[in-house]
Amino acid sequence: MTLSRTADSGALADVIVVGGGLVGSAVAYGLAREGARVTVLDEDDGGFRASRGNFGLVWIQGKGYGLSPYARWSRSSATRWPQFAQALLDESAIDVALKQPGGFHFCFSDDELAEREKRLSTLRAELGDYPFQMLDAADVRARIPQIGPAVIGASYTPMDGHVNPLKLLRALHTAMQARGVRLVSAERALGIEPQGHGFMVRGKLGTYRAAKVVLAAGLGNRALAPFVGLNAPVAPNRGQVLVSERVAPFLHYPTLNVRQTDEGTVQFGDSMEEVGFDDFTTTHVLADIARRGVRAFPMLRHVRLVRMWAALRVYSPDGFPIYDQSQAHPGAFVVTCHSGVTLAAAHALRVAPWIMGARMPDELPTFSAQRFERATELTLAH
Amino acid sequence: MLIEPDMTIRSTDTPAHTLFKPLPGAQGASAANVAIWFNDRPLSVPGGRSVAAALLAAGIARFRATPVSGAPRAPFCMMGACFECLVEIDGVPSRQACMVEVKAGMRIRSQEGARDLPPTNLADALQENVHGR
Repeated sequence: MTLSRTADSGALADVIVVGGGLVGSAVAYGLAREGARVTVLDEDDGGFRASRGNFGLVWIQGKGYGLSPYARWSRSSATRWPQFAQALLDESAIDVALKQPGGFHFCFSDDELAEREKRLSTLRAELGDYPFQMLDAADVRARIPQIGPAVIGASYTPMDGHVNPLKLLRALHTAMQARGVRLVSAERALGIEPQGHGFMVRGKLGTYRAAKVVLAAGLGNRALAPFVGLNAPVAPNRGQVLVSERVAPFLHYPTLNVRQTDEGTVQFGDSMEEVGFDDFTTTHVLADIARRGVRAFPMLRHVRLVRMWAALRVYSPDGFPIYDQSQAHPGAFVVTCHSGVTLAAAHALRVAPWIMGARMPDELPTFSAQRFERATELTLAH
Repeated sequence: MLIEPDMTIRSTDTPAHTLFKPLPGAQGASAANVAIWFNDRPLSVPGGRSVAAALLAAGIARFRATPVSGAPRAPFCMMGACFECLVEIDGVPSRQACMVEVKAGMRIRSQEGARDLPPTNLADALQENVHGR
């Protein structure tokens, strides 16, 4: 490993991680666990900051339909989450409130139920070990008495869970810095130059040099990737969230669009819109989110909503993550996804060792951005 | 905003000890007192203002206990944003005391932790989002 001095402070770094959100922080924390000296460049609050607006699910069920390595990869993170959360607690004294009691996906029609069963059965056939149950209304009500009459059934898997995503981000920042990671706040990476045996990142505030660079800049990856021969064609996908006053615990399982947090608030979400870089909320989408929540849990019509927000998911053209090392400039990596919570354990415990020279995890070759180039060629050929 | 931590609840005939003094000429400064109940104790509080302002003026310092740690809390922002002033008003839990105008006869209770869902009193629940406005 070549060690270089950063131009602005003289600090040594083996790896520069561009991006201090959940993805960059998890990778940086994992790199520090591997013994690397790491500098993280984190943008200011003018950035889009998906890590401060997400829903907090550690979600597996249904993911990877049509691309089963994504199901395997997500699950490999979920199974590592308990040890990951324990390590964060030990090193940061922050309990991220991980709970993995399994999750429910409610169905409101026979068609939905049939579609759900088909999806999960296909995943089970491809993965083998993929526990799930299809439940009728009575089964669901036995486990969640508060569901409404519109719920005719549900799928349940013990694989799902949730965390407090804000505590997760704080725990990662605390734990990585306790391991010596240098966090440069309010720094925006403007460009990257491959230099000799490493890279120089030009930022708004200074320049930084290291042998390796990891692009974990969310939507910023699109512009940064070409500097080092990578491709990250990510685009924003807006999600809106409502959060309620704190109420006594009543919902002990996460669901895709309603969950009760560790501190008692109820979050409603799961909207998806392609509206560019507009991260404002809209009344009609929030009304629909609230209606769907109340349809599942009629008593929630009595809960007071106290805040709402929108955030931009980091979406690739097929919705799956991108993991790549540059062929033109080895040592430059891109790590980008829209499930920074679910995948945090895999990013810390599996992606970081790969960046430090271990073999690429078996699931990851599928997620090279080369798949988008192939898709383009295929389209053009027809 | 400073609030004495161990302020006890005063009955109507006890002069309230409070750090809060209405400004001369402020809205409601000349309003007559109204009789209310706080945690089953009768209180005479200045009218023409929010429940939060009235309770503070009467020396009430502990409005609620947080759901997470049980820590005592009192109003902070006085403008509807912080949710620190939650109390139960006439059987309706977790109301923002700073957003509801005080009325004679109100029965107010400190909000002890998180409210329950569904509400125990569905008739009163209908008022919940009115906030007196």
